[in-house]
Amino acid sequence: MSVAVLDRPRSKAIARPAPPDPLISMRAVCKGYGSGVTRNEVLSNINLNLRKGEFLAIVGFSGSGKTTLTKLLAGLEIPDSGEIVMDNEIIKGPSQERGIVFQNYSLLPWLTVRGNIALSVDRVFKHWSRGERRDHVEKFIEMVGLSHAVHRRPHELSGGMRQRVSLARTLAMKPNVLLLDEPLSALDALTRSVLQEEILKIWEEERQTCLLITNDVDEAILLADRIVPLNPGPNASLGPAFSVELERPRDKTALNHNETFKGLRNAVTNYLVAVRQKSRDDEALASEAPPIELPELQPRSLRVPRGRAG
Amino acid sequence: MNWRGNALKFCDVAGLPALEPFVRLLAGEDVKEQLKGIAKFVVLPVAAVAVFLLLWSAAARTVVTDSMQLPSPTDTWTAGKELFAMHSAQRAEDLKVKQEKTMQAVTLLAQANSVTKQAESATGERKETLLANALVLKKKAVQAANYRPSSAPTFVDQIITSLKTVFVGFAIATLIAVPIGVLCGMSPWCNAALTPFIQIFKPVSPLAWLPLAFLIIVWAYSGTKPGENFFDKAFLISAITVSLCSLWPTLVNTTLGVASVDKDYMNVARVLKLSWSQQLFKIILPASLPLMFAGLRISLGVGWMVLIAADMLAQNPGLGKFVWDEFQNGSSQTYARIAFSVIIIGLIGLLLDRIMIFMRNLVSFGDPQAA
Repeated sequence: MSVAVLDRPRSKAIARPAPPDPLISMRAVCKGYGSGVTRNEVLSNINLNLRKGEFLAIVGFSGSGKTTLTKLLAGLEIPDSGEIVMDNEIIKGPSQERGIVFQNYSLLPWLTVRGNIALSVDRVFKHWSRGERRDHVEKFIEMVGLSHAVHRRPHELSGGMRQRVSLARTLAMKPNVLLLDEPLSALDALTRSVLQEEILKIWEEERQTCLLITNDVDEAILLADRIVPLNPGPNASLGPAFSVELERPRDKTALNHNETFKGLRNAVTNYLVAVRQKSRDDEALASEAPPIELPELQPRSLRVPRGRAG
Repeated sequence: MNWRGNALKFCDVAGLPALEPFVRLLAGEDVKEQLKGIAKFVVLPVAAVAVFLLLWSAAARTVVTDSMQLPSPTDTWTAGKELFAMHSAQRAEDLKVKQEKTMQAVTLLAQANSVTKQAESATGERKETLLANALVLKKKAVQAANYRPSSAPTFVDQIITSLKTVFVGFAIATLIAVPIGVLCGMSPWCNAALTPFIQIFKPVSPLAWLPLAFLIIVWAYSGTKPGENFFDKAFLISAITVSLCSLWPTLVNTTLGVASVDKDYMNVARVLKLSWSQQLFKIILPASLPLMFAGLRISLGVGWMVLIAADMLAQNPGLGKFVWDEFQNGSSQTYARIAFSVIIIGLIGLLLDRIMIFMRNLVSFGDPQAA
């Protein structure tokens, strides 16, 4: 299970045009932390093609190295071996081309909603006039529906609103690729569902290349074109890709009764559960103590013979 | 209803929980609960102060020697009132003298002008003499106009001197400690290099620093005459002693604040590719302000405490010198005055602390901490 299989030809696959060029490809990427005995291999042999204009979801259990994967893609971490290529260039550091939305929002608490978004806009579009930049900021605040809260600071916002700000901040940078690192995991179920639909709406308008990392299979199916499971770590690798053949625009309520949706959900969930079971079995097997060689000894009675006692 | 929210926010940020129940009462909230709040934050402290005053009075009757006596609260209060009365009397007198001098200057100037006029019509040697006379008169007028009362500093003057000294010392300390702290926080190497100095000098008492500060000031002022310099020598010695002692909390806290900036903020900075200075001014400094201000608050507290001792030793005409002089004088009022100045020193310290808490809460968004 160490070599990831991508797009394994499947019998049911519908004929479709040749896949567009990959925008980002990861080739045999490995990443671990620490050294010596405490060395912990997080990801091993990751191969992944992110195609132009596609919405790709990576689904995995918590602790399987999802965040490390996003950090690698964002350029915040550098792979130990293998390479990540974007537009024929090896990724060596973070870039404004790859916008990232963090799980914990990471908004700057001393800036208002507008200030947080303006910080990235002012930086990315330095050459624009002041007015252009302000209009750009306003446009994205409106896009995420926060026009009434422009002057508030993050601590005065709910979790959902914070994540909207974070999303607007990243979208406003107009990145080529949008990396969403479990953007909705910290939200309650209702807010989560609302934001899923909003992300879906925004994405269907912009059709930006997007990579979503999530632990929610339903969310992945709702949003993505392809789903790649991440096998649990240590030494996490990618599983086979599942294509999501659902018509867009998608409607969350209608999908609940859709047979394709149900089948896909079962397939992905079953795969993940099976892989985790296997990983646990392997771990149990590996951690079993090596057979101890017993000395050749015969049990012998050390009891004092009765007669001599006392 | 917005004024209520704003007022409550102000109470929170200013660290004044005592005002909160009153605001809520005005806003028409549950009376019983607010009375409980008032009892806790107002009635109880007042009662505690009353008990303290009773104990103090009892102690004042007990602690008596042949020549000295612990001043009672009333003695202290009287002494305090007297100190302020002396201050206003002195001020009134100074004002009177000043007015007299001004009048004198006006008359002198008028005389000088008339003499100059006479000189215009005169000729020869007489003209020279008249002009010289006018010059002398003008000089006298200027002198009178620039008259500064040279009376001994009053209690209020001493308070002001003390505050000036502590602020100058604190400003010097901040200007040194914040940049070094930022440097140490950003570079673990720099921190490792400076840690030994911080560890060794931090616990040193002001009294040990003072002679060294004295030496440095004397060296810096060698070759200049008194009166030529903007700052008085004793003032600078006190101020520098204050800064040497109040440097450390700011330094340590700034280092900590800068070193512990949230990694996520730094990731944001990295994705945006902020330049070094932008990272510093847009991310690192704002993020570390709350801890920095916590350090500044401790620094100012330490500075105020140290100042009294420094004033005593350096003979800087502040509150420390006042206490020391009173102690040396040994009049019947000595101890009452000292007790009064103790209370004043405490109250000013409290005020400074409150101001720093307020400032810290202004910069810590989301979690203003109570004092």
